[in-house]
Formats: sequence, structure tokens, C-alpha cells
Amino acid sequence: MATTPGNPSTLMGFVHRRRRGAELFLLVLALGVGVGGYAAVGLGVQGKVPPDIIGYGGWLAALMVGAHVVVRLVAPYADPVMLPVVAALNGLGLAVIHRIDLAEDHTFARQQLTWMTVGVILFAGTLLVLRDHRVLARFTYTFGLLAIVLLLMPILPGIGKNINGARIWIGVGPFSFQPGEVAKVLLVVAFAGYLVLHRDALALAGRRVLFVDLPRGRDLGPIVAMWLVSLGILVFQKDLGSSLLFFGLFLLMLYVATERPGWIIVGGVMFFAGATAAYRLFGHVRVRVDTWLHPFEYYRGPLGQNSDQLVEGLFGFAWGGLIGRGFGGGDPARTSYAESDFIMASIGEELGLTAVLAVLVLYGLLVERALRTAVISRDGFGKLMATGLAGIIALQVFVVIGGVTRLIPLTGLTTSFLSYGGSSLVASWVVVALLLRISDQARRPLPALEPVDEQAEANEATQLIKVSR
Amino acid sequence: MNKPIRTVSIFFMLLFLALMLNATYYQFVAADSLDKRPENRRVKEAAYSSERGAILVGRTPIAQSKAVDDEFKFLRTYPDRGLYAPVTGYFSFGSSTGIESSQNKVLSGDDPRLFISNLVELLGNKPPKGGSVQLTLDPDAQRAAYKGLTALGDGVEGSVVAIEPKTGKILAMVSVPSFDPNRLATHDFAARDKLYQTLERDSSEPLLNRGIQKRLAPGSTFKLVTAAAALESGDYDGPDDIVPGGDTFQLPQTSGATGQIDNEGRSCPADGLTLRKAMEQSCNTTFAQLAIKVGSEGMLRQAEKFGFNSDYLEDLDGQVRSAFPSDLTPPEVGQTGIGQFEVQATPLQMAMVAGAIANDGVVMRPYIVDEVQQADYDAETTEPEELSRAISSETAKTLTDVLVSTVDEGTATPAQIEDVEVAGKTGTAQRGVAGKPPYGWFVSFAPAGDADVAVAVMIEEAPGQEIAGGRLGGPIAKAVMEAVLDK
Repeated sequence: MATTPGNPSTLMGFVHRRRRGAELFLLVLALGVGVGGYAAVGLGVQGKVPPDIIGYGGWLAALMVGAHVVVRLVAPYADPVMLPVVAALNGLGLAVIHRIDLAEDHTFARQQLTWMTVGVILFAGTLLVLRDHRVLARFTYTFGLLAIVLLLMPILPGIGKNINGARIWIGVGPFSFQPGEVAKVLLVVAFAGYLVLHRDALALAGRRVLFVDLPRGRDLGPIVAMWLVSLGILVFQKDLGSSLLFFGLFLLMLYVATERPGWIIVGGVMFFAGATAAYRLFGHVRVRVDTWLHPFEYYRGPLGQNSDQLVEGLFGFAWGGLIGRGFGGGDPARTSYAESDFIMASIGEELGLTAVLAVLVLYGLLVERALRTAVISRDGFGKLMATGLAGIIALQVFVVIGGVTRLIPLTGLTTSFLSYGGSSLVASWVVVALLLRISDQARRPLPALEPVDEQAEANEATQLIKVSR
Repeated sequence: MNKPIRTVSIFFMLLFLALMLNATYYQFVAADSLDKRPENRRVKEAAYSSERGAILVGRTPIAQSKAVDDEFKFLRTYPDRGLYAPVTGYFSFGSSTGIESSQNKVLSGDDPRLFISNLVELLGNKPPKGGSVQLTLDPDAQRAAYKGLTALGDGVEGSVVAIEPKTGKILAMVSVPSFDPNRLATHDFAARDKLYQTLERDSSEPLLNRGIQKRLAPGSTFKLVTAAAALESGDYDGPDDIVPGGDTFQLPQTSGATGQIDNEGRSCPADGLTLRKAMEQSCNTTFAQLAIKVGSEGMLRQAEKFGFNSDYLEDLDGQVRSAFPSDLTPPEVGQTGIGQFEVQATPLQMAMVAGAIANDGVVMRPYIVDEVQQADYDAETTEPEELSRAISSETAKTLTDVLVSTVDEGTATPAQIEDVEVAGKTGTAQRGVAGKPPYGWFVSFAPAGDADVAVAVMIEEAPGQEIAGGRLGGPIAKAVMEAVLDK
């Protein structure tokens, strides 16, 4: 490592290495999880290694190597851990979905593999097209508007579809899609752009009340707007999870941008006010909370008001115990949506607490790597975006897994990369591509002092490098 | 912006820690209690679809799991149908009885004693199999008892229990009418439910294991306990001591026919007779007077030493306590002396009374699980255990002597076996309901000097036949004893 103090091309005398070899090595391990899991499902459920293991393994390997080659070519300094972690989670998810398929006579795993392929292609496309994430800051308001439109689409008659009580789908012909999954990525980008521009006003003006700096009334506009949007999602689409996620994300990014805990307090108060009102006013919220507090009283209750899914999931976790029943040894399909929202219960039942903890560690690692990217990123926009993207993963994992393990009331969200679901998987792959792009920028050695950076002139966001240091 | 990002990192770390702790709670701390919740069909179905161990008699399985091609993978089958049903019970979805229930941990493979072999199978990538339970039953004795009871005709209700006096091993436990456990273990749940309701409504109680779950007045067979109490009191010390007699005996504090005890025509001299003769003739007047002389306290103590008023069978669930009441008035004590009033005994209890007399006065704890096994491993063999000393060695000898005479010369002659000295006693107990036939009892053991088997036969209903313990029960007891002694 060439670290010459005073070399202007290094930051604090430290230069990141590319570490692409390490990434490849970790990807091979991740591939072992995916292919080994698929083989283990075949052995456990059908008593033999699936005959298509070569084709399946080859396909997974091709996707992984393809993604790796693209990263090597266009983002050589990107973080080497994120892609393998994601590959391992996706591979494990595919194996578990295949396991549920065998019990339920579905072919979801095949569709998921197709979606994964689309995801990896979009991942590669994002990295290839987007050579500098700061370009995205230009589209702050476009993305914001687009996100709102996407969020509203399911409410429209005709293309909006009501599935399992939540109106979060649109259907075009045989295809259905959750626009909210794309919207959340666009929103993070829009938030980041907006906050970078307005952070001074949001951060500095205000008054001090009881040791806490409270924001000015007129600056409350955006948070109130976001609060209303979240409530709208909750009321009109009955989607508790997304509502929670959007508001949480916004609050998180606002806090990071302004460095003022006062926003958290204001937001927290608004959250609890909204949550209490929702509990009082809306039956579907009340049902979720009541079944969470007293799951066994609502077991086998009337349709739409029972806790069967939650209780069966908990029974699955308990039956799995420390090391699990092994693939084929449990009965995860007893829990409805065992392949999507409740995939963690399936993992808990057949692979045990050890696998549940391992999955949580993988997610934790991913979030940690994303936040590390935010910390070392040189531009405020990149920092905020990386924090927001890390927030998407962390909050989503917490809300879903917390929901299925009865830590918090159950809300509908997918477990990124693991759960069956095309929209979510594709969006998650794009999230990783964006994170890798920011990370590549952050870890890339600074160019030797050049008099003029032709790009920097055009992009006002880059000016903030000086401000943030 | 790095400071808030670091704060956010810590916040997220706490969220993940909460998830990990919570998952650990449900998968480790609370797992057992969740598995046991009554709503948890997952665990019940898993138990129902696993290969359970066999229940064995000798080397022959009397209950085993057969692989079938349906969602539950294994079907429990009982090759001998009704013969062993009262003992094995049945294994059905969500419920089980008998050995299937009491030994469930072994049969399902959850028993800690099977841990090592389960580990070996797990390492060999085989699904853990349940352990087998080897019973103490003697198939010949069991068959002889079943045949004897069913041969009495349709509608017979009764039970036979045979034990090995020296160890407490249960050699036979038969209850008639029985049921076919195969039909309750079926995977056709609708048919099972229908059958179960029919069986449960049946007034002849086919689901009952009468050997341990039905207690009835033991009648004259209880005179063994009365005689033991009299001898233990020290007032008498030999088979030829003179005891009170009489054709009739008016219970104290009573008058008229209701308080009068007679001997139903047998000869019991008013000026007294030997204990041997009194037992041979089963003199009610004698034993009522002996009981009164011993007193309420003494009778209770003696009955409890034989096992009355206590639970002693650990291998099977649902044992009913045999009962001897306390704080009795003299006329009540008189009635208990001949096995009436509120005295009630199970067939197993009466077999234990006979067994104690045969075993030098020592009551052994009855047991039916001989061995718990798995594949090549013999995990555990049950060791015989002394329950109590009911009577002294001398009393046991005296009673044996008296009971041998009863078989040779008295009312118990139907149990005689050629070239074998048999000790035995008949019993015919009134139900206390006018117009209903009495219960027939017969207890015996052989060979008298060094007994290998003690038997109690109880006949509750025998439509079309006049119930008398000696005539109906004697031949059955004889057949069971012969089946054991022929080995």
C-alpha cells in the first residue's frame, strides 16, 4: 500500500485497495450457499440431488461472475463484501422458495430466478450507465414526482389491484408489479438531493426548548408532507409496512443531513400521534396490534382477524429450535406466505436459530458496509444516498423479521433478496448497484491535483466536498 | 454528517441485536412451551408421521409403525387386534392411551435415554427412529386369559391380571370386551371419529382397561386380607387355630335380616372351626367376626400394606386406586371383612394380594415395561422393586397352607392342576343392587411353595350364566397358571 504522507492523491494518508480478488473468492463461497442449498433441498425433500443441479448452478454462477466482471470493469474500487453478501442471501432465498414450491406445488423459484436475472441485468446496467452517482442529484424533483405517481398508481381503478387486503399492486396483462418497491429507491434519491440543498436552512434556524434545538415552523413543511404521504399509504393502501418505511427513511435522512436530534423528536411525536390515531380509527391497524399482543386468543379466529399466520410462524421457529429440522424435515408450508413475507419462519424451522442468526449477520454486514460507504463518501449527496439505501435495507429487515418473530406488530413487507417477489428483488439489486457506485467513488484514490475538473464545473453538488470536510 | 451516520449505525446495530435476542427467545427459551401448546398441529402431525418404535412381547411386535404412502408416511398397526388393546392402548392423531401414551417419549424417540443412539443416527443422516418398549407380558398367559374370558359367551365383561410374585412383572392383563386399536389408529379420521363415539357410548365400556381401571367389591377374595390381618394381630398363629363360626351372624348395633350375615348354605359350626376350614368353606360369619375383632384401624392398616388407597403402577396411566375406607363402625367393619361395604379392588390389586402371600409376604411394585431398547442399544432394563412388606413370613406360610386346602378340599377346586400345588380363593360379591347378579372373583397362585404366577380373575357380567367366582373364574385362572408353568 503506497501511502506517502502528504501525497495529495490520498485522504489522510490512506488509499483503499481494489480487492476484486477478495470479492471473487467471497462470491465462490456465496455460490456454495446457493447451489449447496438447492442440492440440500433436493436431498432432504426428494431424497436425491436435483437432476438440473448443473444447469441451475451454472446459471447462478454465470449471474455471479457476470455481476463481478461488470464491477471489476466499471467500479473497480467498489466495496468487495456487498455483492457476495447479496449473492448468498439471494441464493439461500432461492433454495428456500424451491423448498416451499415442492410442498405447495408452485414454480415460484423458477420465476424468482428469472427475476434475479432481470435484477442482475439491471444491476449491471445501472453500474454501466451511471458512472457517477452525483448525476442523480439533477433529477431530485423529477424522481420525487415520479415516486409519488408510482405510489398513487395502485389506487387508480383499472390498473390497481387489491391483493390480500393491501392495494399496492398494479397489473398490466399477466404481469403485476409493486410500484412502491421502485418508489422507495427514487424517494431516497429525491430526499438526498432535496436535503443536500436545504440542509443549512433546516439545520441552523430554530429555537432551543429544554436543551433541544427544535426546527422552525416553516421548515416543518417537508416533514409534514412526508407524514401525510405515509398516512395516505396507510389509509388508502392499507400498507402498514411501506408507510412505516417511508416515514422512517425520511426522518433518518433528515437527521443525518441536519445533524439535529430535534427532528427525530418532532418526527417521533408525529409518528406516535399518527400511529395512535390509526389504531383508533382503522380496523386493519387495530387487528394487527391486537393479534400481536394476544396472538393465541386470535388463533383460528374469523377470516381477516385471526393470528394464524403469526402463530404458525412462531410454531415453526420453535419447532426448528437451535439447528432446525433440516430441509424437508419441517412443515413450513403450513404458514401462509412461507415463501415471501414469512420466509424467515421457513428458514427458522428447517435451518434453525443458527441460520436465522447467520442471515441477520449477513444483513447487518450489508448495512454496516453501506453506512461505511456513507461515512467515507466525499460528497454530501453520496453520504445521504448511501445512508438512505442502508436505511431501506435495515428498516425493511427490522420491520419484516421483527414482525414475523413478534417483536413488533406484523406488517407486510418483503425481506430483501430472500423473499419471493420480483419487484422487490429487482429493486434490491438496483439498490446494491447504487451503493457499489457510491462506494467506488468513495474508495477511489483522489486524482492528482488537476487545475480543472470538467465535470465538477457542471455539477454543483461536487462543490460540497469542501463543505463536508 | 459523519456523526449522525455513526449514531444511525449504532441505532441499526441495536435493532439487529433486538432481532437476534428475540429469535433466540422463540427458538431456544420458549421453544418447548410453544411445541407443547394445544393449538400446535405442526408438532402433533410431525409426531404422527414419524416412525415410532415397536411395542414388543417377547420378540413379537404387538404394535408397530408400517410405512404407507400417504401424507403421514407411517401407520400404526396392531397385529393381535383386541388381545393386547387394553395394554397398548391406541395411537391416534392427537390422542393416545395405554403404553402408547405412557411410553410416548421412548416410542417417539424423545426420551433422553435414547440420546446417544439418536446422535449416531443423526450423524448417519438417518431420521431418528423411536425406541422400542419390551413388555413383561407372557403371550401364552395373555392368550389363555383372553380365550377363557371370551369363551364364556357374548356380552361377557371381565378382566384377568397375572403377575410374577417375586418380581412384580405383569404376565397377563386382559380386559373384555376389547376393541381393535387398528381402527382407531387409521388415517381415515372420519371413520375413526365415528368409531370412537360408538365405543365411548357403549355401556360395556370396551375402551376401559378393567385390569387397572375398574374397581369393584372384591367379595370373598378379600378374606385373604382379613385372615392376614387376624394372623398379624397375634390372636391366631396357625392354619388350625380355632376361629369363630356360626350359620348366621348378627352384625353389632343391628337387628333383623338386613344386619344378618349368613353362609349361603355352607357349613360353619357355631362353636368355632379351624381357619383352614373357614377358608375352605368361605365362611362369611367367621371373617365378619375376625374383621370386627381386628377393628377398623387394623383392617385399614393391613389393606394399605397390600397396596389399597395408593398408586403404585408407574408404567401405565389411569390406574384407579383400590379403596379401603377408614373410621368404620363395627357393623361396617364386619361387612368389609367379607369384601363388601365400601371395599373396592382392581383385578391387579387382588393379584398383588395373592402375589404377596406367595412371595413370603413381600409386595413387589407391579411393572409392565421390561426393557427400553433402540436398534443395537439396550438402553435400560427395569429392576424389580420392593413396594412394602404386607405380612410376616409366618403369616404368609399359614395363609398359603390355608389356600392350598381351599383348592384341594374347598370352594376353589376348579383351579386344581395335576402334579402342582395350587393356592386359591373364590369370591362372589354382591353389587348392592337388587335383582342384579353378583360379580365373580377368583385369585390364586402356583406352585404354592415357590410361586411363579399369581392370578386374579374378575367377571363383571356373564349374560345367561349364573355368576359364581369358582365355577366361572377358576378354570380361567387355571389355564393362565398352566400357560405360565408350562415353560
